[in-house]
Amino acid sequence: MASLVDALPRLRRRSGRRKGQGADIIQTIALVCAVLLAGGALLAPWLTPFDPLDQSLLARLRPPIGFDRYAAGHLAGTDELGRDVLSRSLHGLRLTLALAFAGAVIGLLIGGLLGLIAGQRRGWVEDGIMSLVDMQIAIPFTLVALLVLALMGSSLTVLVLVLGIAGWEQYARIVRGEVRRIAAQPYLEAAHTAGAGPFYIAWRHVLPNLVSPLVVQFTLSLSNIVILESTLSFLGLGVQPPQPSLGSMVGLGRDYMPTAPWIVLTPAALIVVLTFTVQILGDWLRDRADVRLRER
Amino acid sequence: MTPYLLRHVLKAVVTLWAIVTVTFVATRLSGNPIDTFLGEGLTAEGRQALIDYFQLDRSLWHQYLAYLRGVLSGEFGLSFVDRRPVTTVVAERLWPSGQLLLSSVALTVAVSLPLGVLAAVYRRSWIGSAVMVVAFTGYAVPSFVLAIVMVLTFSYWLNWLPVVGNGTWLHFIMPTIAMSGVLIAALTRFTRNAMLDVLGQDFIRTARAKGLRETQVVLKHGLGNASITVISVLGLQIAGLAAAGSVVVESIFSWPGVGQMLVNAAILRDYPVLQFGVIAVAVAVVAINILTDIAYALADPRIRLARA
Repeated sequence: MASLVDALPRLRRRSGRRKGQGADIIQTIALVCAVLLAGGALLAPWLTPFDPLDQSLLARLRPPIGFDRYAAGHLAGTDELGRDVLSRSLHGLRLTLALAFAGAVIGLLIGGLLGLIAGQRRGWVEDGIMSLVDMQIAIPFTLVALLVLALMGSSLTVLVLVLGIAGWEQYARIVRGEVRRIAAQPYLEAAHTAGAGPFYIAWRHVLPNLVSPLVVQFTLSLSNIVILESTLSFLGLGVQPPQPSLGSMVGLGRDYMPTAPWIVLTPAALIVVLTFTVQILGDWLRDRADVRLRER
Repeated sequence: MTPYLLRHVLKAVVTLWAIVTVTFVATRLSGNPIDTFLGEGLTAEGRQALIDYFQLDRSLWHQYLAYLRGVLSGEFGLSFVDRRPVTTVVAERLWPSGQLLLSSVALTVAVSLPLGVLAAVYRRSWIGSAVMVVAFTGYAVPSFVLAIVMVLTFSYWLNWLPVVGNGTWLHFIMPTIAMSGVLIAALTRFTRNAMLDVLGQDFIRTARAKGLRETQVVLKHGLGNASITVISVLGLQIAGLAAAGSVVVESIFSWPGVGQMLVNAAILRDYPVLQFGVIAVAVAVVAINILTDIAYALADPRIRLARA
């Protein structure tokens, strides 16, 4: 185990030759989608000429390009207040991705820390943390999220915290398992014998081993968080109007589905493309890193 | 077997206590519950009555004990919206949710077991890949997107299926499919993995060697043994996923069940209903988990016959 930097090439080196060509094409498509989605989200304010909150009463419920009554410039049509659907979708994507990343980072920090503690300290501390993990698995988290958001109001801060707590137990299990596995390795004993301190060992030996499983878990959890966030926003408990999020656009556009399905279909399609892309990339990373994440 | 069960019951009790505590902490974290829930339109006396009722002038610890006592004696208060006991409000919604859950689990088992077995037996051919693509899709498409797309297609464009309510069997089709999407994905994956594990065992080779037909090997010896794992997944994963799914699906299809009630209560800030609803669903999930553990123990002779 040399250093932290070595772990990333390791992800790359074990490139899976086991999979056939079909899988490679799918992964290439997913990579292209990932670049497009990330680009669209980052550049949302510059990609569309319309402000996502600008209403135009003269151009309400206009269909996308190619249909009758298309309003020039509004490529994906307009919603019931004459707001540009494409611009709202891209800004919604931006917010959804930002929330998902923030939530995943919070989950990583909480879970990683607790997993580290559980792995290094045995006894009641470990038992306590692991029974917290078991509880988190047993409790349907969407319901807890409903309760918390209803009670504390759906500000973005609360939402991010809820999304962060949603997936911490996966990180905790991975980190604890890895820490315990590494603790039994001869090189760790050698490091101890050579007089290495706990921080040196953690930085030099434990952390590099954790990088690839955590990168994989981070990617996989992103798609779960995207689904949770858009579901909560869809139900009206996540991102609040007028701020657009993909989920809330689908939720609010429901009322106009019979006459103006494009309001719902554009954000819904983006959600599906996003979750597919992230999951394919996550699975791909997992195969490459050859990490045996425990499935339940 | 008794120590095994005792351990699981104990774990379930601790989990339930944790849920009850989480609901308490969540309400008190947001400040004075009265100001949060009934901000406007509260007279001085009404306010005082609520303070007395929740014992808000006492210490947090005292409030917590009073709350626990209420939970244990089955007192959960009245709904803020229609002033009826929350236990009644939840009870009358149990059966519709149960119906939807049963039909979804039935569909899931009917689809996932064959698909999972197929994917395991034909894992090197296109059949196996196709099945895994289906499972993957179930994971990636959120249930509300699936539901919305179905409503658009089958209700608004084709005019085949009704959207709102649970009157006829036609009303069951779309909600059941929307609920089952993620369940099918989960169960297919686990059936496949369990079958792959079992089919690699020695007794399968023995069964083939003694001349059994392949269908008998796969179904009786393979699926028979894999079903132990599958049952445990069915209980552990599906209860949680279904609880989450019912919230979304019931509110889309105006299904008069617990899930729709929870969303409405969350939006209206009907906090007693929400609190009891979350506890009730959690009890249901934990109960299903325990039943699963018992079923698991009964199905697995290594646990059934173990003496501790």
